[in-house]
Amino acid sequence: MTLAMTAIRLALLGGALAAGLAAQTGKDSCVACHGALEGSLAEPTAAFQHDVHKVRGFSCVDCHGGDPTALDPETSMSRARGFKGKIDRRAIPELCARCHSDATLIHRFNPRQRVDQLAQYRTSVHGRRLAAGDTRVANCVDCHGVHDIREVRDPLSPVHPLRLPETCARCHSDSDHMKGYGIATDQFEKYRRSVHWEALSRRGDFSAPSCATCHGNHGAAPPGVATVAHVCGSCHAVFENLFTKSPHKKAFDELGMPGCVVCHGNHEVAKPTMALVGVQPGSLCLNCHVEGDKGRQAAEFMRSRIDELATVLDGSEEILKRAERSGMEVSPALVELSGGRESLIRAKVELHGFDPVLMDGSVKKGLEIAAAARRAGEKALQERDFRRKGLLLSLTAIGVTMAGLWLAVRELERRSKKG
Amino acid sequence: MFRRVLGWVSNRAGLDGARDFLKHKTVPAHSGALWYYFGGVTLFLFVIQVLTGMLLLLYYRPTPTEAFESVQFIVTQVEFGWLIRSVHSWAANLMVLTALIHMFSVFFLKAYRKPRELTWLSGIALLFLTLAFGFSGYLLPWNTLAYFATKVGTDMGGAVPVVGSFLRRFLRGGEEVTGATLTRFFGFHVAVLPGLTTLLLLAHLALVQKWGISSPKRQGESAPAMPFYPNFVLRELIGWYGALAVLGTLAALFPWELGTKADPFAPAPAGIRPEWYFLAMFFTLKLIPSKVLVFDGEVLGVLVFGLAAVGWMLMPFWDNRSENERRHRMLTGLGIFVIAYLAVFSVLGYWG
Amino acid sequence: MEEHETTDGRRRLIRALLGSGFAASIASFLYPAVRFMAPPQAAESAVNQVSAGKADLKPNTARIFRFGAKPALLVRTATGEFRAFSAVCTHLNCTVQYDNEKRQIWCACHNGQFDLNGKVAGGPPPRPLEQYTAHVQGDEVVVIRG
Repeated sequence: MTLAMTAIRLALLGGALAAGLAAQTGKDSCVACHGALEGSLAEPTAAFQHDVHKVRGFSCVDCHGGDPTALDPETSMSRARGFKGKIDRRAIPELCARCHSDATLIHRFNPRQRVDQLAQYRTSVHGRRLAAGDTRVANCVDCHGVHDIREVRDPLSPVHPLRLPETCARCHSDSDHMKGYGIATDQFEKYRRSVHWEALSRRGDFSAPSCATCHGNHGAAPPGVATVAHVCGSCHAVFENLFTKSPHKKAFDELGMPGCVVCHGNHEVAKPTMALVGVQPGSLCLNCHVEGDKGRQAAEFMRSRIDELATVLDGSEEILKRAERSGMEVSPALVELSGGRESLIRAKVELHGFDPVLMDGSVKKGLEIAAAARRAGEKALQERDFRRKGLLLSLTAIGVTMAGLWLAVRELERRSKKG
Repeated sequence: MFRRVLGWVSNRAGLDGARDFLKHKTVPAHSGALWYYFGGVTLFLFVIQVLTGMLLLLYYRPTPTEAFESVQFIVTQVEFGWLIRSVHSWAANLMVLTALIHMFSVFFLKAYRKPRELTWLSGIALLFLTLAFGFSGYLLPWNTLAYFATKVGTDMGGAVPVVGSFLRRFLRGGEEVTGATLTRFFGFHVAVLPGLTTLLLLAHLALVQKWGISSPKRQGESAPAMPFYPNFVLRELIGWYGALAVLGTLAALFPWELGTKADPFAPAPAGIRPEWYFLAMFFTLKLIPSKVLVFDGEVLGVLVFGLAAVGWMLMPFWDNRSENERRHRMLTGLGIFVIAYLAVFSVLGYWG
Repeated sequence: MEEHETTDGRRRLIRALLGSGFAASIASFLYPAVRFMAPPQAAESAVNQVSAGKADLKPNTARIFRFGAKPALLVRTATGEFRAFSAVCTHLNCTVQYDNEKRQIWCACHNGQFDLNGKVAGGPPPRPLEQYTAHVQGDEVVVIRG
């Protein structure tokens, strides 16, 4: 910047300052001056109004240094008073950590907030690369915002669970930005098609995972192949348990295959269907298991048993619905049948132990329930037939009576006509 | 033996006068006489309602936590419970229908003319009581349809000018439809309305006995007539047995639904509508814009219906030609219009 | 119009028809009414109260029973007290079970955990389990809702 331009700037500042200060009293000079400017110099002051730091009583100097009591730019933005200017990207994590790793300080504001973010960040891919000089990777402000930082639970925060995926995608889906890193850029697209995103965005189920849930947030790193099952298992505990005890665990580990991801995918986790299992074309079991091996036999058995249970349940439901449509009250039986549907779900869960005997227990239980429901349905249909027979009987009795009455009346009238 | 007992009872109870009267009572016999039976069928259906209602009372519980379950219990666990319950629900609808037919046949045959004006008035009152029976009874199973239909219906009560909000609170037993409403409706349905109906019915029947059954004047004094007993009674029994056959068939082949238990916190399901006999009024009120000139649309609608009902009630007094049985083209036309309006708007209301 | 005498036979036919008709129709009305009045096996329609079986549950064990249309869980705590809850997990409606090692209620579907007051102790469930009152009547446990 030439001297002339600096002079002009200072003059402008002075004028703006006079105007600004005339309108505002008690504000610090950073906000007072910058608020009266235009363009990118004024943006921070507008944004900062909503910043959580401002709400807690912090201001510009707490990050940028300088002297907010001084009105002239020379003093307020002097290096002597600690002014740092625009913070260098590589210095940002340490700057934030000055407070955010200070347990005593942070716990004055929120006793439960963590203070290990910097330590975690340093273990992450982002942290390690930044330390090595790569300024293209994410640091604190890339994710949290810079002048309008909001609490995570604020829906406008870029790291709110509903907005986090698009925040990560800002870089990770940008193929130009990601040039040279050797990783895919389609994770966000895939994730948006997953059941996890559907649960999160459509059903509002905040227990559903987004990027940080599986990858970590500050310590972001992709889960290792051998440990992916632990990640999925942090919610899907039963499945992890079953899988770990199953023959697949050892086999996958030896082959370097990443557990759950092999069948269910990682970003594009779709609603699983029985088409994945069995020996028909398109099933995943056929990817490894060949003709004659025990696994293939197991796959065939498990698929056929589950199909059998589903068919039998449907059949029992059909009979009950038929009885219901003819007017019979069968809701208790329908309730019992839903227990059968639970058995079907349990069988599909136990499938993940890849042990036919284990899964068959639930199938047998479900078949029993379905059979009982079918009997109830048949009983209801019998009752319906009994009612119809009863109706016929009473209609006959009524008909006979009506005939008798009619004949009696005609007889009476014939007689009275004569007489 | 039977005759001797009967004779003894008659003697001690002083019934001989009544028996003589009945022996000599006659009923006109002519082409339009078929319409005479609808009053009796309505009475018969009322008796059916009382009997099945008393049976249902043995198991029904009028609280929000137990009403639905008790009806479910009746329909699934009690022997022939399904029959008694379905007969009760179907007979209610049939009774409204036969009452309406009875009223319209009296209207077109001008049987309301002097000296039977009071019979007409008591009959209209009985019709309103029948509709009240239907409205109060509908809530008792405490299912979703009933709950919301009652909500909508009592809301309409609030549209009556001046006394509207009092009327709504009186009907609901509070501001909203709650267990208090159920208790209240139950009390109306099994005690208040039966009491009032019995009194009015006795008056109505007494008046019919006093003035005899009206016959078209053109028949003249020597009109053919049949003895009330046994001819008319036997014929009437045929009609009643026919009604029983219809009821039994409906109950066995089209049992009345249980529905789902009412949940006041759930949103109203789409397509809520009242029972068929309120559909025409319901649909009309839906059509009226919410503001007509300066008046609230719903209030205006309710007011018009109220005035129409009063006007209808006073029919014997509008119809100054009826005494001579001259045609009153306008009134006949009005009658046809009313039937057409009720039919068309009921269908429209059903389709939503 | 034809005229014929009322034969004896005709009169008898009418009487037979009427008599049997009346009798049969009256019977077909009275029979259901009488059967209706006889109380059925399950004498109560109450679904706010249910017997949860015999009180012979061992301490620190639990049993699933049916409450109305939904499953419910009867827990006997280690101190011998009976507690009852709705067994429908408040996350995605799976049926919960008792974990006698952790002395907690656990949902197998997504690892939801509830303490013995029904409150959420971990995992995704958003709301506590509905708790019922349980007490011993004779040798049975009676569970009441609401």
